Order: sequence, then C-alpha cells, then structure tokens
Amino acid sequence: MTDFPFLSILTLLPLVGAVVVALIPKQKAELAKTIAFGWSLVVLVLSIVMWIAFQAGGDRFQFRESYAWIPSWDARFTFAADGIALVMLMLIAILFPVVILASWHDVEKSNRSAPIYFSLLLAFEFTMIGVFAAADVFLFYVFFEIMLIPMYFIIGSFGGPRRQYAAVKFFLYSLVGGLFMLAAVIGLWVVGGKTFDFGNLAQAAGSIDQNTARWLFLGFFVAFAIKAPFFPFHTWLPDAGGAAPAGAAALLVGVMDKVGTFGILRYCLSLFPEASRWFAPAALVLGVIGIIYAALLAVGQNDLKRLVSYTSIAHFGFIGIGIFAFTTQAGTGAVLYMVNHGLATGLLFIVVGMFIARRGSSLISDFGGAGKLVPVLAGVFFSAGLASLALPGTAPFISEFLVLIGTFTVHPAYAVVATAGIILAAAYVLWMVQRTTQGELNPALTEVPEMRKDITLREKVVVAPLVLLIILLGFYPKPVTDVINPAVEATMQDVGVQDPGPTAVVANERVAR
Amino acid sequence: MGDLKLPGIDYGALLPMLILFGAACVGILIEVFAPRRSRNVIQLSFAFLAVAASFVAVVAQHNTRKITIGGAVAVDGPTLFLQGSILALGAVSLMLIGERSIERGGPFVSQAAITVGSQKDLKQAGDQPGATEVYPLTLFALGGMLLFVAANDLLTMFVALEVFSLPLYLLCALARRRRLLSQEAALKYFLLGSYASAFFLFGVALIYGFSGGIALSQVHAAVADPQRSQVLLYGGLALIAIGLLFKAALAPFHVWTPDVYQGAPTPITALMAACTKVAAFGALLRILYVAFDGVQWDFQPVLGTIAVLTMLVGAVLAITQTDMKRLLAYSSIANAGYLLVGVLALNEEGLSSTMFYLVAYGFSVLAAFGIVTLVRDADGEATHLARWAGLGRKSPLVAAAFTFILLAFAGIPLTSGFTAKFAVFGAAIEGGQTWLVVFGVVTSMLLAFPYLRVVVLLWLSEPNESTPTVSIPGFLTSAALVIGVVATFALGVVPAPLIDLTRDAAQFVR
Repeated sequence: MTDFPFLSILTLLPLVGAVVVALIPKQKAELAKTIAFGWSLVVLVLSIVMWIAFQAGGDRFQFRESYAWIPSWDARFTFAADGIALVMLMLIAILFPVVILASWHDVEKSNRSAPIYFSLLLAFEFTMIGVFAAADVFLFYVFFEIMLIPMYFIIGSFGGPRRQYAAVKFFLYSLVGGLFMLAAVIGLWVVGGKTFDFGNLAQAAGSIDQNTARWLFLGFFVAFAIKAPFFPFHTWLPDAGGAAPAGAAALLVGVMDKVGTFGILRYCLSLFPEASRWFAPAALVLGVIGIIYAALLAVGQNDLKRLVSYTSIAHFGFIGIGIFAFTTQAGTGAVLYMVNHGLATGLLFIVVGMFIARRGSSLISDFGGAGKLVPVLAGVFFSAGLASLALPGTAPFISEFLVLIGTFTVHPAYAVVATAGIILAAAYVLWMVQRTTQGELNPALTEVPEMRKDITLREKVVVAPLVLLIILLGFYPKPVTDVINPAVEATMQDVGVQDPGPTAVVANERVAR
Repeated sequence: MGDLKLPGIDYGALLPMLILFGAACVGILIEVFAPRRSRNVIQLSFAFLAVAASFVAVVAQHNTRKITIGGAVAVDGPTLFLQGSILALGAVSLMLIGERSIERGGPFVSQAAITVGSQKDLKQAGDQPGATEVYPLTLFALGGMLLFVAANDLLTMFVALEVFSLPLYLLCALARRRRLLSQEAALKYFLLGSYASAFFLFGVALIYGFSGGIALSQVHAAVADPQRSQVLLYGGLALIAIGLLFKAALAPFHVWTPDVYQGAPTPITALMAACTKVAAFGALLRILYVAFDGVQWDFQPVLGTIAVLTMLVGAVLAITQTDMKRLLAYSSIANAGYLLVGVLALNEEGLSSTMFYLVAYGFSVLAAFGIVTLVRDADGEATHLARWAGLGRKSPLVAAAFTFILLAFAGIPLTSGFTAKFAVFGAAIEGGQTWLVVFGVVTSMLLAFPYLRVVVLLWLSEPNESTPTVSIPGFLTSAALVIGVVATFALGVVPAPLIDLTRDAAQFVR
C-alpha cells in the first residue's frame, strides 16, 4: 500500500477540482459548491487512507516519489512526508471541507462568481498540500510562492471593505519574504553541490561554510518568519485576516501560516544546524515578545476578525519558542500546537464568521448580549474561545503545556515570561466573549432579523467535527504524538542537540500518555 | 598583386542573413510593383516566408562552428541560438505589425503629415491597408540584428548596428495615432542613437590603435599583452560599451527608452523590447566574453555598478508611472539590469542563462505589448493606467492573460520569468557576484509593487465609464498573444529543453 503514489495524487487532485469548478457557469452556483465540497471530501478520504498507511515507527520520510523535472538543475518533482508533514496534510484535508461548507453562502452577498470562489479555494488546497508534501527545495519554493496567488484573489475579490489594501499588503509581505528565500535557495543550490533534493542537501549541510550557512539561514528564516508570522513581521496578518472572508481567514491562519513554522522545522533546522543554534536566542526572544505583544494588542481590538488574528500571532510565538528550545517535548509540543491551533483558531474564525454573516458587521461594539438571541451559537463561540485559550481538556492545552515544560528545562526564564501569555489569553478571549454574547442585549441586534436565527443544520455539521477533534485530542493526543515524535527527534538529531537529563523524558512520557 | 586573395566565404553559414537581406530588397520591389489593394497580403506573407526560411537555415546548420569571410562573421553556438531567437521573436512581432483588423488602416500611417481624422486621412486609411513599407524595413532590421550577434570584428559589428538601427528609427515615426509623440520619439531615438554609434565607432578606433586590428581574436590577444597602452584599452572598451549599453537600455544610457517605447507604434515597441534586446545583449556577450575577457576583473565592478543602477532606476521609476507603455518600458530597463547580472557571471552558466532569459523575456514582453494594442477607446490605445480599472470584469480573458504576464515579470514560479531569474541569479552566485544577486532580489521586491498595482486595477477596481473596450483581436494578434502566453507558461513549467539547448550552445569560437 505504501507504494501507492499518495502524495502526488493528493497534490494534483484539488488542482483538477479547481479547474473543473472554474469551468462551471456562474448561474449554477449550487452545482459548483456541491462539486467543490465533494471533491474536498475525496481528498479527505484519501488522506485518511494515507494516515493509516503511514508507519509511525518506520522511516522518517515515507511515500517518497520522484520524477524528473529540470535535469540540468537537478530539480525534481520529489514528494515525501515525515510525521510533521503528515499531520499538517491531515489538518488541511480536514479543514478544507469544513471551510467550504462554512462558506456556502459567503459569495451570495456580493455579485461575484461563486464557482470562481470555490475554485480558488480548491486551488489553494492544491498549493497547500504541495508545499507540505514537497521534498525538493525547488518544488517547495514553487509552491511557497504560488500559494499567494489564490489567497490574493480570495482576499482581494471576496473580502471585506479594506480588501484591496489588505490583499496587496499580504502579497507584498509574502513576496518580499519569498524573494529573500529565493536568494537563499539559489545560494544553497550553489554551495550544496547543485542539487535540490532535501536528503542530499541535508547531508551536504555540514560542509557549508559557517558564515555562508548563517546568511542562508537568515534568508530562509525571514521568509518563514513573515509567513508564520513572528513579531516583528506580523503586521500583514491582522489586515489580511480582518479583510478575508471568515472561511478563508480560517485557512489563512489555520493552514497557510503553518508553512512558516513547518519551513523552519524542516528547512532551517535540518539544513543549517549550526546557524539554527546560533540564531536560537534571537528567535526565542522574538517568540516571547510576540506572545506578550500580540496578546496585549488582541485585548484592545474591537474587530472580531482582527482580534482572532492577533491571538494567532501570540500562538505562533509559542510555536516559535517550542521550535527553538531544541528539546523533544518542546518540538513535539510545537508541532502539536500547529495542528491544534489550526483546529481551534479555525473553529473560532468560522464561528466568528457565522456571527458576522448574521450581524453584517465584525465590530464587537455592534454586538452585546447576542447569547440571548442565539444561545447555541454563543455556546459554540464560547467553547471555541476556551479551546483558543488552552483550557485543560481541550487539545491546545496539551501542546501549550508541552511547549512550556520543554522550554522550561533549558530556558526557564523564557518559559516563565511565556506563561504570562496564558493569562493574557484568558483576558482577551473571555473579554471578547463577554462583550459579544454576554451582558445586556444590544437593542440594535433585535432589529436585525438574521440575528434571531440560531445555528442551522449546515452550521452544526461545520462545527461538530472540529469541536469533537478538539475534545478528543485534548484527552487522547497519542495517535498524533506517535506520528510527530519520531520526526521531531530526527529533526533534533539534525540540529545536533540532546534533551537535558532523563527527568524531562519521564515528564514527556507522562504527558504524552 | 598575386598575394591579394579573396577570403573564403561559407555561404551556407551566412544563409540566414542573406535570406533576410535579399528578401528585404525584394520587398522593396514588391512595394513598387504590387497593386495597392493586395500589397499588404503579399508583403506580409512574403515577410513571414523569409523569416521562416531564415529560421530553417539557422536550424539546418545547428552544428556549424566556424569563422568565415575573412574573420568578419563567427557562426557558433551563441550566434545560432541568438539568431534563432531573434527570428522566432521577430516572427511574433511581425504578427503584431501585420495586424490590420483592430484599426482601420492598421497601426502605421504612410503620410504622417495629413491631419488625423480629416477626410484625407480617412481616405488614406481606407484606400491602402496601412503602410506596407514596414515589412521590408522590419526585415532589414532583423537581418541587421542577425549580423550583429554574429559579428566577429568590431567594424562588422558597427555596420550591423547601423543596419538594424536605421530601420527602427524610421519605424518609430510611423504611428497612426499620436503622431507628434511618435515623431518626437523617432527623432530622440535617432539623435541619441547616432551619438551612441559615434561613441562606439570612436571606441573601435581606440581599440584599433591599441591592438592593431579589429578582429575580436586580435583584441583578445592584445589584451593579454601588458606592454600595450592601457589608456587606449580602457578608453576604447568604455566607449564601445557605451554604444552597446545604449542599445541594451542600461542606466545611465536608458533615458531614451520610456519616450521611445511610449511614442513608437506599439508593435514596433514590442519588436524593440524583444528583438533589439536579444541583439544588443548578444553583441555585449561576445565583446565581453571573446574580446575583453582578459580584463574581466577591471570591467566587472564597473558593469556591476551599472547593473545595480539599472535595476534600481527601472524598479523605482516603474513605481511612479501612470502610463502602461512607460511602465513596461521601465520594467524592460530593470530586466536589462537582470540580464546584465547574468552576463557578469562571466562563465558558461552566465552565457547560457542570459540567452535563456532573453528568449523567456522576449515572449512575455511581446504578449504584454500585444495586449496593450487591444485595449482601446475612440482615440486609439488607452494607455493611461487609470483607464484599465476594472478591465477584468469587462474582458476577463484578456485581463487574465495580462495578469499572467505581469506575474511572470514579477518572477512568480510556474512562469518563465521565474526560471529565467533563477538561472541568471544562480549563474551570478556561481560566478562570485553575490552582491549583484542581493540587489537583484531587492529590486524584484520593488518591481512587484507596480505590477501588483496593475493587477489590483484590473481585477479589484470597479469598472467605470472610462474603462476602454478591448478590441476583438484579429487572427494575427490572437496568435501572437497565444504564442507569448503559452511560451511564458511552458518555459516556466518545462524549461528543461530550452535550458539544455542554451547549454549546448554556450561556447563561443574565437
């Protein structure tokens, strides 16, 4: 079964779907939506099959496929997945059908074409799967750049009032990062022996001159830090997240931003181990600043989507310190955080989108006491918020805790400061929930007829899988950590660091089980 | 007098040029004898035939590597590749030049003195389907370019320079719309071009004094001799370089470009942006790689500075433009900077990647200007950027094609712009010119902004009354657009065949 070309089919399938959906005439919007949804379900099924076929204890990279592309540069269509890529692919496969279903009526309010919207979503899924499945640096770069294009048009054509500004800012920020990376990719290709194959490059990594490696690391790191985004490269995200349609925003922070952290784990750490250790203190500081700074800004937001965007930046700070702490628990925690954050923030964005769709505004001050009109939806909103603040019993708690204890064993000071972020998280989430759904009913809300409609069946189907997964992984994360652990250990081996002392390992076992 | 012998001439090797020059002369005769009504069809098909025959002649001798007619012409890998590129790009330009269905009378006017829109003007447009002398002129220009990239001594190079420049000066002045602008452009181009030619010729004279010969191999040998006058060498090289940098539109010799690109009839702008660039860089490559490679440590920093300056000027000024043709002109200046980065790698990779870039860029820029010819209102082409707002709603197909070309210019993967940039930057890092790549990357970021602004205008702005209509392209323009867009895509997705071709060709004979 492992000989089956999972990754290439998984990558190409959404592209074919995107073309098919784009060819459907504008009038047949329902057909386009149904096909897009069905198509994303097929991708989900295939991903589940792939998950089952993956051997957690087996080779680091599995499902490897390689086809010739540009022989004179040794660029190949090489796909392979380690545990980290696998969980991200699974997250993508789960989130896309959910988002497509959640965006069912998004386009109807504008006069834009629905088939184009859903075609863009599928095209985006194509680039997302490709970027995580690629094991050739050139191929990775190609996907890294072209994923901007569908998202650019989703934000620019279907977004909110400030969509043009947000789309351009999003594109330019990412492109700037991408071009830094391009210079580094070319440099890596030249010093790494004119190959793009990840395996060969990882082997050649040790022989790169120390100074060169640091510059190359920086090229990659800036691109990933902008994508993630880490403080101080984050300013595009609140604009993009605020302007994008809620479903697309869920994908933007839930999946696309993970490319940044994934890239750091896969490419920065494994290819430039010495440079990674050298830059780690700076990255840790950025991570901690990000946690506190973004959380403070989130507290002060009056726009729901911008608020959730800022919470994401804070969460990415946690992922960042988890990666650069260089311990297995912290690393595993960071990867797990990437998954859980995708689920929790994805859910939060989708629920926020449901509120916005009813109220026609994303400003918190336009709500107030909404729970009296739509009690069930408000409940879902509250639970999504709790997941986002990492309440014990929800999945994000485990990952946040792993990151913190993993960091504490080596950098207690950073861990202590980062813990303050948890308190701030409680503040921004609870205050947001309070101002939106609790308290006295805002009289303006009663005049909006849509606000009287509580959660519909479609919306229940949308949120149910995410809520279930968050609770399930909150109590039993083992299936996921089993897959992640070997990959993280291999990455830490690449970096050349060992976990300090056996006590940490025991703690890790205890938490993981 | 027995020792005066005719040099051996390999007519086969010269055939591509001979065909074009011969066809251009015949074209003049057709102009005289063919009836006015059918003249356009005859001239156009004849020009296509000539270009195709010449292309076949190039392909037929793809293995030829020799120097002929007394050392004046070198037929080697780069020559043949560049000649083939010029012919292929020239054929696509001819499609744009030959388009007569978009505008009554075509984009060219033969009697420019007649007032636009007057009875006489309408009569002229109706009577004769455009000025047909453009075809022989184009053939002369293309023939000159073929000779320019093959020239193996400095005087032949100068002659070729003039042969391809003079028809271009004329062609620039023939626009049917905005005639004053067009004539001004032609005059500017002519005057500045003459200065550049004079510089070039003066440089040739100095180099002759320096090396005692004009053949590139003689220059190469003389450069290796430290006894000779360094003043003559550097003076001569600098003046020759000025002549070539002018044609290649590199800063600070680029100032003519926006005016000329804007004023010239758009098909001619396309021809200049695609083919002239190939010819100019072909000659620059040969001069630097064959004749002056002995002093590369001396000219590398100077030309490197010029490359940086060019990229910066092109990128920064492109941001401020409000006219589509001027925007594309500045973008072409910046692209000339990237090409120079490839040239300055000064290794085999540099040669092959520059040639790849020339072809990739040529097809994209032809498609871009082809689309400019389509976006029109009652006054002809609507080139002001504001007029393009909302075009994506009105004509999604054309706007999509233009967006794709812009993404290629911005260097997004899966377009030829990306593979080409990757190739030249890779060659430059290998050649130890990392600083040029850093500037290349930074200016690429700057350049993305104007391209993106156009994309925003096309798709995200609402159309208003002043959004012009897109003319339905005739067969020729459609073909040119399809070729340009398909080539841009194909060279981005499957660049391997062309890369291999450029690698096989990347060896000069000396």
